[in-house]
Amino acid sequence: MSIRVFIPRDASALAMGADAVAGQIKTEAEARGLAIEIIRTGSRGMAWLEPLVEVEGANGTRFGYGPVAPRDVKGLFDAFFLAGGVHALGVGPVEELPWFRAQQRLTFGRCGRIDPFSIHEYRAAGGLRGLDAALAMRPEAIVEAVTQSGLRGRGGAGFPAGIKWKTVLGAAASQKYIVCNADEGDSGTFADRMLMEGDPFTLIEGMTIAGLAVGATKGYVYIRSEYPHAFAAMERAIEVARSAGVLGPCVLGSPHAFDIEARLGAGAYICGEETALLESLEGKRGVVRAKPPLPALQGLFGKPTVVNNVLTFAAVPFILSEGAKAYADYGMGRSRGTLPVQLGGNVKRGGLIELAFGVTLRQIIAEFGGGTRSGRPIRAVQVGGPLGAYLPSHQLDVALDYEALAAIGAMLGHGGIVVFDDSVDMAKQAKFAFEFCAAESCGKCTPCRIGAVRGAEALESAIKGEKRAENLALVADLCTLMRDASLCAHGGLTPNPVESALRHFPEDFGARAALAAE
Amino acid sequence: MSDIAPWNHTVAQAVIDALKDREGAALPILHALQECFGYIDEAAVPLVAEALNLSRAEVHGVLSFYHDFRRTPDPRRRIQLCRAEACQSLGCETLVQHAAVHHGVTPQGRGSVRLETVYCLGLCAQGPAALVDGAPVARLDAGRLSALINGAPVEAVLAGEEA
Ligand SMILES: Cc1cc2nc3c(=O)[nH]c(=O)nc-3n(C[C@H](O)[C@H](O)[C@H](O)COP(=O)(O)O)c2cc1C
Ligand code: SF4
Ligand code: FES
Repeated sequence: MSIRVFIPRDASALAMGADAVAGQIKTEAEARGLAIEIIRTGSRGMAWLEPLVEVEGANGTRFGYGPVAPRDVKGLFDAFFLAGGVHALGVGPVEELPWFRAQQRLTFGRCGRIDPFSIHEYRAAGGLRGLDAALAMRPEAIVEAVTQSGLRGRGGAGFPAGIKWKTVLGAAASQKYIVCNADEGDSGTFADRMLMEGDPFTLIEGMTIAGLAVGATKGYVYIRSEYPHAFAAMERAIEVARSAGVLGPCVLGSPHAFDIEARLGAGAYICGEETALLESLEGKRGVVRAKPPLPALQGLFGKPTVVNNVLTFAAVPFILSEGAKAYADYGMGRSRGTLPVQLGGNVKRGGLIELAFGVTLRQIIAEFGGGTRSGRPIRAVQVGGPLGAYLPSHQLDVALDYEALAAIGAMLGHGGIVVFDDSVDMAKQAKFAFEFCAAESCGKCTPCRIGAVRGAEALESAIKGEKRAENLALVADLCTLMRDASLCAHGGLTPNPVESALRHFPEDFGARAALAAE
Repeated sequence: MSDIAPWNHTVAQAVIDALKDREGAALPILHALQECFGYIDEAAVPLVAEALNLSRAEVHGVLSFYHDFRRTPDPRRRIQLCRAEACQSLGCETLVQHAAVHHGVTPQGRGSVRLETVYCLGLCAQGPAALVDGAPVARLDAGRLSALINGAPVEAVLAGEEA
C-alpha cells in the first residue's frame, strides 16, 4: 500500500513554495521506487511551519515536517521521513503539538486534515451530520437550535445569528436568499480564506442548513478578489457538492432545493459592509444603504436575506450535529462557543488558533505566538482589523470576549490580532487609519468622506510640529463627528484606532518636533 | 501575461451573452471581460449597458467604483503588494521605498512592473505579502522583491534561488 503524504495547497503554503515541494517529493519518490499518494489539503494554521508536510503512520498518526523547501526533500527521504524518521525539520505527531492540543477546534477540526474536495472524506470525518439532522427538523426547530447555541455573528458586529434567522423565517416572500459574507477585508484576518480553501464543504453545509431554516433556495458567497485561490476552491467545492447531490433540487434526496453560487468582489473594502455587499451582488456600485429596512426583511433584490459571515455559517453544522448545548458549553458570558483567532503581524508563530472565548490576548501572543518575530518588545497590538483599537502592552490581559473588549474601548471584530514591536510609529498608524478610511469610503456621507481626509492632513501637520495643539484638537473634533454622524461603521469606527493611538502613545504625535521648534 | 487577447467586439459580445442572464450580472461580466482582454475597453461599455438594460453612465459608475477594473491595457508583470497593518508591522513600507529607489517602480504606476497597493491578502502571519500575477508570495524582503521586479520566476524566488 502506498504511503499517504499530505501537503497543503492553502495560499499560505503556496506562498512559501508548497507546489515545488510537492513536485519534488513526487519526483524523488518515483526515483527511489517508493509508492506514495500525495494529498493536497488545507492548512493546519501553523503559518510559520508552512509548507508543513505530513506523513501518515501505520495507526493513522500524522508526522509533520516543516517548513520544507524543495532543497530539503532529498534529505527528508534520506532520513526516512516516509516512516516518520528523525530530521531537523521534524515536529513529531502534528496533533500532539502543544500549540495544537491547547485549541478547541470545533469549526476548523477538519481543515488541513482532509482533501477539501472529497465529499467522501468530508462525510467520513463527521461532515454532513448537521445537515442530516436539519433535514429531519422543522425550520423553527433549526432556528431555535441556533438561537440556543448562543452563536453570534463572526463578521464583526456580534449580532445573534438565531435572531436574524428568525426574522427571515417569519418574513413571507416568494424568494429568500442566503448570502455569505466572504469579503474578509480586515487586515490581520484570514480564517474565512483558510476555511474556504481547506474545508469548503463546512461552509456549504452551514449555508444549506440556513436555507432549510428560513425557506431560502438560493445562496451566494461573495468573495473578495484578493482571494483568487479561495474563490477557485469554492467554485470547485460547489461543483462537487452539486454532483454529490448535497446541492441542487433535492438536497441529500429530500424535497428541499438549495443551490449556491460564488461571486467575486472587485477590490472595495466597503463591500464587506452587508448592505454595500448586497448592492455589489446586485451589480451596482458598493454604496452603503440606509437601515432600515433590515436586509433580513428587504435584502438582496429586495427579498428577505440572511447575511452572515463565513465563520458564522461554518459553526452551524457542529451546532446541529452535536447540539446547541455542546456549542454553548464553550465560552464565557454572552460570548458562546469558540472563536477562530487569527494571529499575525510581527509575531514568531502566527496562524489560526481556535479557542473558546475568554482566553486573554497575552496568552495568545505569548504562549501561542512566542512573542515578536523581530525579538524586540511588543509595543502595540491592534485587535479587530483596521477599525479596531490599538492596545498598549499593559492592556493585554483583557479577555477575548465581545463585552470585555468593548469595556476598554476596543472590539473583537473578526478576531484578527496584529502585533507591532517597539519600532512602530503610532502617529503613522493613526494617520494610516484616516487614509484607509478615505481610500475605502463609499462616499455616501460627508463625515466619513471628508472627515477622514481632513483628519489625515491635520495629523500630518501635528506630527511635523505645525500648530500641534490646534491640529490635535481638530483631530479630536473630527473623531467625534465621524463617530456620531457617519452612516455606517466604516466612518463610525475609524476613530477607534486614531483615538487609542493618541491616548496610549501621545509621545509619538509630534511632541518632539514641537519641543524642538520652541 | 501572454494569454490576453486584443480587444475584439465579437468575443466581447459572446462573453457578455454567456453571463447576462445571471442575477446582478454586472460584476461577473466585467470580471470576465477583464480576464479576457486584460482591461475593459471603452467600447465594451455600451455593450454591457445594452445587455443589462442600464445606461452607459450606470456602467461607468460601476467601473469607476471598484479598484479592480482597468480602463487601459497594461502588459507589465503585476505585483499586488499588501500595505495593510500586519504587513506594515513587518516593514512593507520599506519595500515600497526600495522599489522606488532601486528600480524606479512606484504604486503610482511608474517602472518596469505594475506595482499595485492592496490591503490584505490573508497572509498576515507571513508578511510582507504580495500576489505576483496571481501567485502568492510571503515573507518578502528587498532581495526577493528586486528579483520579482527583475522578472525572476515566482517559483525560483520561493525556492530561494533568486540570487
Ligand atoms: C466597513 C465594514 C466592513 C465590513 N467587512 C466585513 C467583512 O469583510 N466580512 C464580514 O463578514 N463582515 C463585515 N462587516 C460586517 C457586516 O456588515 C455584517 O455585520 C456581517 O456580514 C453580518 O454577518 P455576521 O452576523 O455573521 O457577522 C463589515 C462592516 C463594516 C461596517
Ligand atoms: S461612513 Fe463612509 S463608508 Fe459608511 S456610508 Fe458613510 S461614506 Fe459610506
Ligand atoms: S495585512 Fe498583509 S496580508 Fe494581511
